Amino acid sequence: MARLLFLAIVAKMGSADQIETALGDWAKATFGPHGAVSGLQRLSGGASQETWAFEVHAGNDENRLILRRAPGGVSVARSSEAIGLGIEAKLLERAALAGVPVPPVEGVFAAGSDMGEAFIMRRIAGETLGRRILRDAAFVEARPKLAAQCGRALAGIHSIDRKDLPDLPSSDGLSQLEKYEAIYRGVDLPRPVFELAMSWLKRHAPEPLPTVLVHGDFRLGNLIVDESGLVSVLDWELAHFGDPREDIAWVCVNSWRFGHRDKRVGGFGDLPDLLDAYSAAGGPMIRPRDIDWWETLGSLKWGIMCMIMYQSYRSGSDPSVERAAIGRRVSETEIDLVNLLERLSADV
Amino acid sequence: MYDGPSTVELIEAVKRFIDERAAPELSGHAAFHARVASNVLGTVIRELQQRPAAEAKEQDRLMALTGAGDEQDVASLNRRLCELIREGALDERSPGLLAHLKSTTIDQLSVDQPNYSGLAQAVPPQA
Repeated sequence: MARLLFLAIVAKMGSADQIETALGDWAKATFGPHGAVSGLQRLSGGASQETWAFEVHAGNDENRLILRRAPGGVSVARSSEAIGLGIEAKLLERAALAGVPVPPVEGVFAAGSDMGEAFIMRRIAGETLGRRILRDAAFVEARPKLAAQCGRALAGIHSIDRKDLPDLPSSDGLSQLEKYEAIYRGVDLPRPVFELAMSWLKRHAPEPLPTVLVHGDFRLGNLIVDESGLVSVLDWELAHFGDPREDIAWVCVNSWRFGHRDKRVGGFGDLPDLLDAYSAAGGPMIRPRDIDWWETLGSLKWGIMCMIMYQSYRSGSDPSVERAAIGRRVSETEIDLVNLLERLSADV
Repeated sequence: MYDGPSTVELIEAVKRFIDERAAPELSGHAAFHARVASNVLGTVIRELQQRPAAEAKEQDRLMALTGAGDEQDVASLNRRLCELIREGALDERSPGLLAHLKSTTIDQLSVDQPNYSGLAQAVPPQA
């Protein structure tokens, strides 16, 4: 046990040294012999990906950059649906060409390189925390613009031609429902609200729209916002081919409105504003009611994800108080599902 | 056995210790987990105070919805209700089902996350 712990610590130290060395080589190759790395700092301790911030000084220029790297430089898919970092970098480049605000990619490292599987992108100034974006005075002029800006960004993402894209997983609404139902059954914690939501979703599934590139996690938390509005769309690791309504509905799920439930889009905007900008920018005509089914699926998915996170406590793999506590957030998605099902069954 | 201090008093004492003594000494991840720990104790206190009455009403409603003849515990009744919904014997048009789920979820959320925005939106059904 002590020896294993020792090895783990050595491996971690090796990781930071390895990154610093590989970044130094990259900085010289990219910015010339005077390129020097400083301020290397780990930002997140995610199990699926490492995120590091650093600067490269070259002459009078200071370049503020982000490194996204597979843990230990070795790709281990967090889940069957997470794409690799090389593919994520390709998507960022494609999205930029389609006019979607994304951080410019500055470098890509293949698996097996000195760095390990990773890419470098510009660090974009702005805020990602949902509560701050919805509350702080700095964003008072940004908030009314965000819904239309999200509509245009999504239209851009959904317009990218499939032949210009790498191979990605495909999933439509019903296949996602099937997948999450299987997870829920496996956890074996019976919740009648989830049963009713699954039953309703199966009986009301809409006809699929033509398949597009779907971001897969388009919501507050993954959007960088400054005082002018949306400046970057981050975290493309759940990108897949699917139904465009999935992305539009995910940003509407009440869990991502951070208490501002009256504004259906992310707690900041109205859905017609997003949809008008979306179709004006070339997306298909979609009505607010077309989003209902997908928003219901979204709340169900987030509820089952909370269950999965609690399951990691229950199974003993992550005994933290935070993993235990998240099991008591499942009921948040249940009230959202009840509110939705009540409205939707009254509409008919 | 005796109260004084009661269960709730003991938990409140630990919660106050975390909030007023321990948490201010912590930073980073440890401070975050201390906040979570304090919130968990809040959940436990609310559960001790609210669950018995809420669950008794839930049990009555579940007996009626599932047509259970003899008295069963809430976990078994919920499992049965899940089966009935999955089989299609009950759905959102079934009298009393949505109202029951709404009451149960309001009670659960009042324990779990009483400040969640969706709770404010949900108007309790008329009993």
